Amino acid sequence: MSSTTHALNQPTHHILSVLVQNRPGVLARVSSLFARRGYNIFSLAVAPTEDPMLSRITIVVDVESSPLEQIVKQLFKLVDVVKISELDPRRSVERELLMATVRVPAEDRGQVVELTNIFEGKILAVGVEAITVSLDGSPDKLDDFEELLRGYGIVELQRTGRVALPKLDKEARLKAVKHGKAS
Amino acid sequence: MTQKITGAQALIRALELENVDTIFGLPGGCILPAYDPLLDSPIRHILVRHEQGAGHMAEGYAHVTGRPGVAMVTSGPAATNMVTPLCDAYMDSIPMVCITGQVPTSAIGTDAFQECDTVGITRSVTKHNELIMSADDVPLMVRQAFHIATTGRPGPVLLDVPKDVLQNSMNWHWPSDEEVLDSLPGYKPVTKGHPRMIKEAARMILDAKQPILYAGGGILKARAADALRELAELIDTPVVTTLMARGAFPDDHPLCLGMPGMHGNATAITAMQKSDLLITLGARFDDRITGKVATFAPDAKIIHVDIDPAEQGKVRRPDVPIVGDCRLVIEEIIKAIKDLLNGGEKQQDISQWKSRVSGWREQFPLYYPANEPGEALKPQYCLEQLRDGAPEGTILCSGVGQHQMWSSQYWKFNEPYTWVNSGGLGTMGFSVPAAIGAKVGRPDRTVWAVDGDGCFQMTAQELVTASVERIPIKVAILNNSYLGMVRQWQEMFYEERYSEVYLSPELPDFVKWAESMGCIGIRVESPEEVQPAIEKANSIDDRSVVVEFRVDAGEKVFPMVPAGFSNDDVLLHPDQNGRREFLR
Repeated sequence: MSSTTHALNQPTHHILSVLVQNRPGVLARVSSLFARRGYNIFSLAVAPTEDPMLSRITIVVDVESSPLEQIVKQLFKLVDVVKISELDPRRSVERELLMATVRVPAEDRGQVVELTNIFEGKILAVGVEAITVSLDGSPDKLDDFEELLRGYGIVELQRTGRVALPKLDKEARLKAVKHGKAS
Repeated sequence: MTQKITGAQALIRALELENVDTIFGLPGGCILPAYDPLLDSPIRHILVRHEQGAGHMAEGYAHVTGRPGVAMVTSGPAATNMVTPLCDAYMDSIPMVCITGQVPTSAIGTDAFQECDTVGITRSVTKHNELIMSADDVPLMVRQAFHIATTGRPGPVLLDVPKDVLQNSMNWHWPSDEEVLDSLPGYKPVTKGHPRMIKEAARMILDAKQPILYAGGGILKARAADALRELAELIDTPVVTTLMARGAFPDDHPLCLGMPGMHGNATAITAMQKSDLLITLGARFDDRITGKVATFAPDAKIIHVDIDPAEQGKVRRPDVPIVGDCRLVIEEIIKAIKDLLNGGEKQQDISQWKSRVSGWREQFPLYYPANEPGEALKPQYCLEQLRDGAPEGTILCSGVGQHQMWSSQYWKFNEPYTWVNSGGLGTMGFSVPAAIGAKVGRPDRTVWAVDGDGCFQMTAQELVTASVERIPIKVAILNNSYLGMVRQWQEMFYEERYSEVYLSPELPDFVKWAESMGCIGIRVESPEEVQPAIEKANSIDDRSVVVEFRVDAGEKVFPMVPAGFSNDDVLLHPDQNGRREFLR
């Protein structure tokens, strides 16, 4: 997981939004295809969509492991893959969830609470020596928050990986490469 | 009207409805329920001696008939034995449906006896696979499997069926075409080429000065041999046929240049290399064809017709990519060319190019030094004699190695679907079971399997299957007592340091072995014996025949483009090297 921030108009990653049939083994099919063809998955999130027959897998791939074209075409060949959209990071909204437990003595707790409030995060649990907080938002924002929390001593950290949808402006470019009946 | 039957009965009925006439298989614990209704079915079952044999037989059957081959085996070790044929079929785009037994659904995941994660293991070597979890799903899954295996880019599909799914009762329902298509929203192969791309291709073909038709196995899969011939004759352009496309264009046609690639002939290799337009039809720029990719056909524009979009741009970026079925696209291209010609356009004069190509053909025929009296028998001579003695329409199967390359080089394939080999995966041991499958598919034809002594020892036991099931094939073993191709590489690239390639000159006794399996065994040690032995083999049609040719172990396959070399640096037979400058 990289925590580098980047300029908005210089994407460092590709986002593939893959609509699949909601069937056993489909995630294994997708992830093993990436492994088999030598591509690294940066992050991956999967969940059902509004249609219970379909799930959406959001896969983030490093720009360096290009060309993306070949892996997209190979993905198309999976029978369970219904549709693939490549989302331009500049023209899509991305969200991620972070949860962290920070070791902090009671007297310093206020600082972590304040930081969390500034980022509009949530306090999930409070213990004697530690506090668990959560934050959802753009991956950049989460990177910043994570970096600041490090100063206090992160005991455990979990991020979900990005999920993304195209922006709703006129220029939203949904590069739909494969349309199934379901779309 | 529904009718309660078991999952096993549904499976066999579904196979019958898919017009399956033959299953190659071997029963075991978990698949047992499916073997019971098979007794009452008109489907012929061929009981193999090893599951790998069943898989290759299904491939051989599919190769020569165009219909999907079907293999059925049990769970665990039977499924793992099927991995090689599945991968082989996947690499060579062979339509095949494989049914494996699985432990009961309640036992899945418990490391039960003969349990393995068949679907997981075979995921990357199948076009698609499914674990059937309910007897009610059996008919739809079978229909899907056959649909997927035979449409688009063909390939193997595996159905893993737990024992209780076979035993449970279900309501029989045979899904309609529409139900099958609706159940596969993500599977829609494109067959019709893009009209604008087809026009562009037609124009490019007329404008080319040095065109070559680069025909691959896709021609055969698409039943496009006639269309290819029409196109070639229309534009009077030479054709190369890859290892997978031998027979897709007749070798005796004046435009046929034969096989290009690592062991292709110098003309086919050089013609591709010097061309200004490669009209690529159902071929995939395999590394065995291109040699070093960076220097492959540097001045050629590329038209790439392929039903699999992932092949376009995978190795070489096409100037005109056309996704579609080869036959349909070629027919459209022919039409587009005729339209242009009727509109007054003219094709470039390619006579100079063609005379250059003819020059290469004259200078660089396939060559091997003739047998001298008392010298060891040349394997190429054996192949020439086999070819000349073969009855009309003979199907040739081969294993993998030197004998495979000589087969492809020296045979004359004048008819499609008469050549069966393992191209992509390079599976030693392919030929005997594939030949049996081919003979089952085309009982009217003579089937010769050309094998090496190394290959033969991997799958020879299937000759027992052939004898018991009365499937008479003929096997020619080119016995050089070596893993010949590996030996050739060690001689040429490892300073003649021969490491673990010497088999044995005396063991096994192939004649006795053949006889023990119910075959006629013949040993040939000198050139004079070759022809009579072949005549004898061809005259026997009530049982299988194995002819062992004791051949020269030092003979190497030429020409050769060593791995990683440019096609420009093809190694000719040393006796031809003096004429090298003519290849310019």
